[in-house]
Amino acid sequence: MAAQAVSLNQKEEAGKLILSAAGRWISSFAGQAEHLVSEVERKRAKSKSVSIDASRIEQLDTAGAWLLERMRRDFEGKGAQAEIVGLDPRYKILLDEVKQTNTGKDTEEEQDENAVVGTLSFLGEMSVGFAKDTGEFVQFLGAAVVSFARVLVRPWTFRFTSIVHHMDRVGFRSVPIIVLILFLIGAILAQQGIFHFRKFGAETYVVDMVGILVLREVGVLITSIMLAGRSGSAYTAELGSMKMREEVDALRVMGRDPMEILILPRMIALIIALPLLTFIGSMSALFGGMMTAWLYGGFTPEIFMERLRDAISSSTFWVGMIKAPFMGAVIGLVACVEGLRVQGSAESLGEHTTASVVKSIFLVIVLDGFFAIFFASIDV
Amino acid sequence: MANVETTAQAQKRPQKVPDNYPIIRVRDIWVSFGEHTVLKGLDLDVKRGEILGFVGASGGGKSVLMRSIIGLVKKQKGVIEVFGHDVDKLSEDELQAIERRCGVLFQHGALFSSLTVRQNIQFPLREYLDLSERLMDEIAIAKLEMVGLPAFVAEKYPSQLSGGMIKRAALARALVLDPEIVFLDEPTSGLDPISAGEFDELIKALQQTLGLTVFMVTHDLDSLHSACDRIAALADGKIIATGPIGDMLKSDHPWLRAYFHGKRASSRLNGKKA
Repeated sequence: MAAQAVSLNQKEEAGKLILSAAGRWISSFAGQAEHLVSEVERKRAKSKSVSIDASRIEQLDTAGAWLLERMRRDFEGKGAQAEIVGLDPRYKILLDEVKQTNTGKDTEEEQDENAVVGTLSFLGEMSVGFAKDTGEFVQFLGAAVVSFARVLVRPWTFRFTSIVHHMDRVGFRSVPIIVLILFLIGAILAQQGIFHFRKFGAETYVVDMVGILVLREVGVLITSIMLAGRSGSAYTAELGSMKMREEVDALRVMGRDPMEILILPRMIALIIALPLLTFIGSMSALFGGMMTAWLYGGFTPEIFMERLRDAISSSTFWVGMIKAPFMGAVIGLVACVEGLRVQGSAESLGEHTTASVVKSIFLVIVLDGFFAIFFASIDV
Repeated sequence: MANVETTAQAQKRPQKVPDNYPIIRVRDIWVSFGEHTVLKGLDLDVKRGEILGFVGASGGGKSVLMRSIIGLVKKQKGVIEVFGHDVDKLSEDELQAIERRCGVLFQHGALFSSLTVRQNIQFPLREYLDLSERLMDEIAIAKLEMVGLPAFVAEKYPSQLSGGMIKRAALARALVLDPEIVFLDEPTSGLDPISAGEFDELIKALQQTLGLTVFMVTHDLDSLHSACDRIAALADGKIIATGPIGDMLKSDHPWLRAYFHGKRASSRLNGKKA
């Protein structure tokens, strides 16, 4: 008996079932105790009268008291008279307190859904969510434009310092990573081009390919995706935690428009920074291509520049650049909308930050597709 | 050889501590953050089964002391004994065993925001014990009802609760393993006087039911009057006085006079007399 911390013995006396509990009925041994209790519960009580003798319990806490009470209720549920006797008086208050709990009132039953209904409702919720997203983005964009117009009318309310601060964060500090990544991408493009074009003896066209691809598509796309991951997520997290701590509400009650103070500077900073970064990035990619062409393909930089001048026109360059501010606007828009949607919990913050990055990258690529269709139809 | 073993065993096994030995004993503790020294050789005893109210100026180191006792803040010097064991001399496992016997209610509840109230309360059970889901659910509901919340709150997330409900739910979590000591960091701050009064009553009732020792950092004069058995006052990094509320009111120490006989305190006392 000494090896076991808890025990529960039964015996019958004159038609009365006596269960004597002993040992330490505390949370640490609640697993064992529950096992003993469910064993007793499983057997149907024959006796109409049950007495739970607790006089040999050395130590009792809430978990133990609840198990005794649960056993008592179980017997009563089966139509027997049950009582707990002999408990050390110091535990009496605890047992009385526990008797008041788990009475089953005030509970909400969760209902199970079946799988088909679940899937359908998930699909439905997703469609509604998509429609709501679109509506909200459009509305938010409208609000941002209105707020921008208001600033144009009253230029002294323009938050210049704030814009510079955000441009430093999203623009200037992104330069090293953007330069590095696009340098590598330019180099890889050139290497692949040289390797495959060599089969047709068309190596010189590598310069055309790298030039057009980088300036029209790759430069702006990679820069946008990088900024969506690097700055869009930061915007969402910042605004989200400000929302969580009611800072956004504090601005509002002080009569300041969060749109003007928080959103507009961030969006403008992105709209200005993205074209600049795209330019720097594209140059870096061309440089990377040139270095590969020189070291791997054997073109001197002079030949590369010569070919490049023939291959691209200024419209190639502008097609890429014109897309950049729109990409910036989309990233800023999605990041800010998601940030302001954050509710109370840390989990919600994470969820919306993820959504912000995924949605902005998706929209950047979709937008790029629309631009491609547009430029194709106007023959640029 | 045999001798070495017995000493090792003696250290490992929690030696029997006499009942009247303080459950928490702090001696000459120094804590500083950089240049700023917060606690300067502080001594404090907490007796088994009492509710100790701990007062002091804002930023005076009340929470720092509480946090150094529960091991969240490193002290530079001094001895902290909990349940008669010097916490610096315990192994990782022994320390964990001691931590299991302590519950902490943080100032803002610190409920995990991504878990429901039920999951929050069950968290320590799940981590430390191997119990059936049914029993864990029942214990969680029992605790919830003991702290005076209705059972349906169990399925709510912390962000859906009011400040008072968060405090109660957090208390339920702090109490789920039936700890022997509970640390409360400003339990009634931010509650309306009625809820604060109820909370004081609750803590008293739970202390009697579960035989708790309560270490309560508070600014609430009403809590000090109604709930606390003894009060310790902190000023200049030291305990300047300990004793029941009556002693505090009689004390001549300027800080204590300002604290207990200031405008807010005296208007309250006068109101009570009238």
